[in-house]
Amino acid sequence: MGKDRENGTAPGLTRRHALECMVWAGTGVLWTVSGGVPRSLNLLDAAEAAEISQGATTFLQISDSHIGFDKEKQVTAVDTLTEAIDKVKALSVKPAFMIHTGDITHLSKNGEFDDAARIIGSTGLDVAYVPGEHDLIDPGQGKAYLARYGKGTLGAGWHAFDHGGVHFIGLVNVVDLKAGGLGNLGAEQLAWLKKDLEGRSASTPIVVFAHIPLWSVYPKWGWGTDDAAQALALLKRFGSVTVLNGHIHQIVQKVEGNMTFHTARSTAFPQPRPGTAEKPGPMIVPADQLRSMLGLTSVDFTVGKERLAITDTTLA
Amino acid sequence: MCATRPNPVLTALAATLAVFLFDPSAPASAKEMRVTISNFTFEPQTTTIARGETVRFVNSDDMVHVVVATDGSFRSEALDTGDSFTAAFTKPGSFTYFCGLHPFMKGTIVVK
Repeated sequence: MGKDRENGTAPGLTRRHALECMVWAGTGVLWTVSGGVPRSLNLLDAAEAAEISQGATTFLQISDSHIGFDKEKQVTAVDTLTEAIDKVKALSVKPAFMIHTGDITHLSKNGEFDDAARIIGSTGLDVAYVPGEHDLIDPGQGKAYLARYGKGTLGAGWHAFDHGGVHFIGLVNVVDLKAGGLGNLGAEQLAWLKKDLEGRSASTPIVVFAHIPLWSVYPKWGWGTDDAAQALALLKRFGSVTVLNGHIHQIVQKVEGNMTFHTARSTAFPQPRPGTAEKPGPMIVPADQLRSMLGLTSVDFTVGKERLAITDTTLA
Repeated sequence: MCATRPNPVLTALAATLAVFLFDPSAPASAKEMRVTISNFTFEPQTTTIARGETVRFVNSDDMVHVVVATDGSFRSEALDTGDSFTAAFTKPGSFTYFCGLHPFMKGTIVVK
């Protein structure tokens, strides 16, 4: 996150504003794929964003909308998702589509799914979903999610598609979690992934998205995926791999070789930085601070260029 | 004819009995132990009961939890703040369980 901010520092941006930005980090991530590796941009830095966006395709990531969460005193998760979606509608560069990296709902209730679909649907954009663990706790343990978002997917909802020369893979790592374990992809999904990647040119930019981080952010709080290493091994030969996750309600970014890992903010509530609290429970913060901790992510990509540009925006 | 009007003395007695029987703080004949879910932790971590007794898992956390037996023998629905789930244990042994949403949360029921 600190890196994002440094990259986004523009002339005229005062220290005070920079600090406000940091407080606000939490609404969503705007991603630009330029030549296969993502770059995070500060949305406030409109000039730079516009430059990056020249000839690029942009898609938007939202995450952890947790419709049904009602522990914040002044706003509901419906309010903050609506604000996030209003930001999407106001973007100067219209994204090609959106991805939602899970925890659409808090309790997998029909009314929660309905509210989310209504608010997100108001953008008129196509949305590619993967479930979070909160989306699979209906009595049918995932039937409600699959009834809405399972079309064209396999297993618990994993799927792949191509857009603008980039291959997108939505993975599900929130099913069949084991006692004491982390996120879980499972043998069946890994076999499917292997098959999906076989024969694909190593120069194809790959974007992988899943709910729980596919690298160890903080295993003590369950912020990692037990068998992610097997998936990452399959992706290693590709020249550009971008891994987008949610679940931890804050931005954490890591670059390792050709792989860029990035987690998005929640649109509903923030969670503490790893190890800064006893437990990872929701942070209930004053309303004037909350919006600085929620956000969106945008990504631009231009095939043939080296990096995807990632832009995180808060709701503030 | 007199059956249409409840006897006030009997009604009061029944109410007293009901309070006595269902007051959760009163010891009941079929004993129920309580496990509280608080700050992503099952408290107590180990609960010892006798065969035939039940355990009530009460979520007092501001996050949703799901109580799942490691051996798959029981699974609660989603427990939001204030919700609870009861499991009965008829066989002796040590039974581990965890949270289906946050699997780092674990606990044990020992049935004597």
